[in-house]
Amino acid sequence: MPAMTREETEALIQEVLEVYPEKAKNDRAKHLAVNDQSLEKANKCITSNRKSLPGVMTIRGCAYAGSKGVVWGPIKDMIHISHGPVGCGQYSRAGRRNYYVGTTGVNTFGTMNFTSDFQEKDIVFGGDKKLAKLIDEIEVLFPLNKGISIQSECPIGLIGDDIEAVAKMKKKEHGKTVVPVRCEGFRGVSQSLGHHIANDAIRDWVLENRDGDDNFPTTPYDVAVIGDYNIGGDAWASRTLLEEMGLRVVAQWSGDGTIAEIEKTPKVKLNLIHCYRSMNYIARHMEEKYSIPWIEYNFFGPTKIAESLRRIASHFDDTIKEGAERVIERYKAEYEAVIAKYRPRLEGKRVMLYVGGLRPRHVIGAYEDLGMEVVGTGYEFAHNDDYDRTIKEMGNATLLYDDVTGYEFEEFVKKVQPDLIGSGIKEKYIFQKMGIPFRQMHSWDYSGPYHGFDGFAIFARDMDMTLNNPCWKNIKSPWKKETASEPVKAAA
Amino acid sequence: MPSVMLRKRDDGKLLFYVAKKDLEETIESLEFDAPDKWGGEVVLGDGSRYYFEPLSPAPKIPTTLQAKRL
Repeated sequence: MPAMTREETEALIQEVLEVYPEKAKNDRAKHLAVNDQSLEKANKCITSNRKSLPGVMTIRGCAYAGSKGVVWGPIKDMIHISHGPVGCGQYSRAGRRNYYVGTTGVNTFGTMNFTSDFQEKDIVFGGDKKLAKLIDEIEVLFPLNKGISIQSECPIGLIGDDIEAVAKMKKKEHGKTVVPVRCEGFRGVSQSLGHHIANDAIRDWVLENRDGDDNFPTTPYDVAVIGDYNIGGDAWASRTLLEEMGLRVVAQWSGDGTIAEIEKTPKVKLNLIHCYRSMNYIARHMEEKYSIPWIEYNFFGPTKIAESLRRIASHFDDTIKEGAERVIERYKAEYEAVIAKYRPRLEGKRVMLYVGGLRPRHVIGAYEDLGMEVVGTGYEFAHNDDYDRTIKEMGNATLLYDDVTGYEFEEFVKKVQPDLIGSGIKEKYIFQKMGIPFRQMHSWDYSGPYHGFDGFAIFARDMDMTLNNPCWKNIKSPWKKETASEPVKAAA
Repeated sequence: MPSVMLRKRDDGKLLFYVAKKDLEETIESLEFDAPDKWGGEVVLGDGSRYYFEPLSPAPKIPTTLQAKRL
């Protein structure tokens, strides 16, 4: 199918919007757009970070998901209490594949679920006493924990429990960091506010713990990797590149991260932001308070990696600049072999993406390195500044969809007929049953890492094995195949 | 009175960021931009106008200031 023109794409959006009632149609129309590279600002063409329309199938999460699941959860040596009823914690437990090293249950707690398991009586009489008891029990059972965070679920805000008071009391009693996080799920329109609340909690309760303490020996090459959640080992694949070019990675936020690393971050020289959406708040704060500059980088696909390594190096002296060139040179043969192997099999294939807050624009470069084209992209919970950054990455007249509904996404796919879709688990089986190859771009479909040069090889292999899988030829029932529709010769 | 985070972009232009409003715009013009007097009326890239109480001396950027919407 040839690329769609601007008029065709606009007509497609109008056609999809047709089924909505008038008011819903006007609302949704603001969230769907045709990309125009000449625009500087996204707010001219698309509205984002607004409440989802009641009655449609949205793919968003909640503030608790943003705080416990994304920002705090991967900090491995802290215990994160899901404070409230048992379900929120249990059903999201260990689902995000934030890899870490350590002995789970002894000195690391990443995949465990700690909850205060609220019952009716806790809702009626308040759960502060239970929370205090829970923290005491944790201290007895898991003495090697380095801190506790209290992740509020919806009822905490509704009944007005004073978790801050409990946190302060227990902090004094046990001498460990106890952080109350007011990330009740009903706050905000998506998980994005949860990220912000979590960032603010780190700012208020953790970041300044080592202010005025110069015991930590620093070097001129200290950096922090911020917003890499080590999905399938991503942060490790990124870290090796940075270390190879001569930088010292002091902290990983927050994949495979520890509270000590977070406390040391104000001592670094440069903050490197991968997931801009979830952690730009803390980077902006550190720039203001500690004068640490920050830059965004992108470690998907060799073109963007090389670009990012050079950008990072430009903030340091010549040894690092040479280091960056050395790293790019060292991996050159490797990634050229990957491209030579997979590009002929993937050339010209068209991809539609719908992911969270960063990958809809970050992975475009990796697909382009393989000769593929991204024809539609959208975010679950992006803000305007994310779309500003997306417009230039996407081709002209491609589709942009913000907080897409299940119905719209299906219709777009039916009309655009992409060769591959990259989205999440909730979308996966719908599209596979429609006969379209699908990769989960949140969890890398239980593969990964995809960051860095090493990750690119895995990314290319995964895309090839999904797209060129022989099963797609057999998805149509044999009696519906065109060859079978030929008249069967009557028996003599 | 939104609180505004100000930072310098790579190309030297000032960025005007209001987290609560999701507003990230460049500052196109600033009424007073001298070491001893800084502030006044600012015009942003999207045409909206804000007002900073003139400060003396000029603030160290990046910083957070209160602005009035005009």
